[in-house]
Amino acid sequence: MNSGRRKVLQGTTVMGLALVAGLIKPGAARAEWNKAAFEVKNSMNDAVKALGGNGATESKDIVMTSPDIAENGAVVPFTVASKLPKTESIALLVEKNPNILAANFFIPEGTEPWVNTRIKMGQTSNVIALVKADGKYYYTSKEVKVTLGGCGG
Amino acid sequence: MADPMKIRAAMVGDKVEVKVLMAHEMETGQRKDSKGAVIPAWFIQNVTATVNGRTVLSAEWGPAVSKNPFLSFRFSGGKPGDKVVITWTDNHGDKRTDEATVAG
Repeated sequence: MNSGRRKVLQGTTVMGLALVAGLIKPGAARAEWNKAAFEVKNSMNDAVKALGGNGATESKDIVMTSPDIAENGAVVPFTVASKLPKTESIALLVEKNPNILAANFFIPEGTEPWVNTRIKMGQTSNVIALVKADGKYYYTSKEVKVTLGGCGG
Repeated sequence: MADPMKIRAAMVGDKVEVKVLMAHEMETGQRKDSKGAVIPAWFIQNVTATVNGRTVLSAEWGPAVSKNPFLSFRFSGGKPGDKVVITWTDNHGDKRTDEATVAG
């Protein structure tokens, strides 16, 4: 009888621990999101600064590929490739968008510093690819024209 | 529950190229409905890709990423048969995880 009761108690403790572990895990697993950087409006400098890239230098080792003229601002394809050693992250910033920072990609070791995605552009704007490599920041920029209206001009 | 992602992973030379198409509105929070009320922002904030428990890419996104987002990247050290697991989390806390096997 007694040992049976012990088992029940032990079982309860294990359940309790599992529950606590379960409660902690989702919190710990919650990925970070750079709210401050994503909320920057109107200033490319502030957006770059919020990413830690103050004083970034222009680099020809970053190649950003996109259409020169985007007929549909809702879907503008961008490819960014970095030849800088130890590239850690690649961010895309659109100067004239309501929120300048569009996306930031983190490149672990073993992953090619190359990403391809599609972003929205409200109007013709300079787009900057900001790359963090070996702890330093570099960028390249390009103007992408957005044709308003659905007819493609 | 959001619709599944379409994930393709295949060897390109000695690297694995992953292409992902996610189903998500990516509402910017800038648009207004027919009554003039702002449609609240609803977008994917975090994306993570892992292979055998190793993170091969992670990303933070804002609402400027296009509706039904597309993403492509390449990593080393993968082989046919490996499982690429991709998870996104949006600003409502909704989550979706899908996986694909690396084709030969």
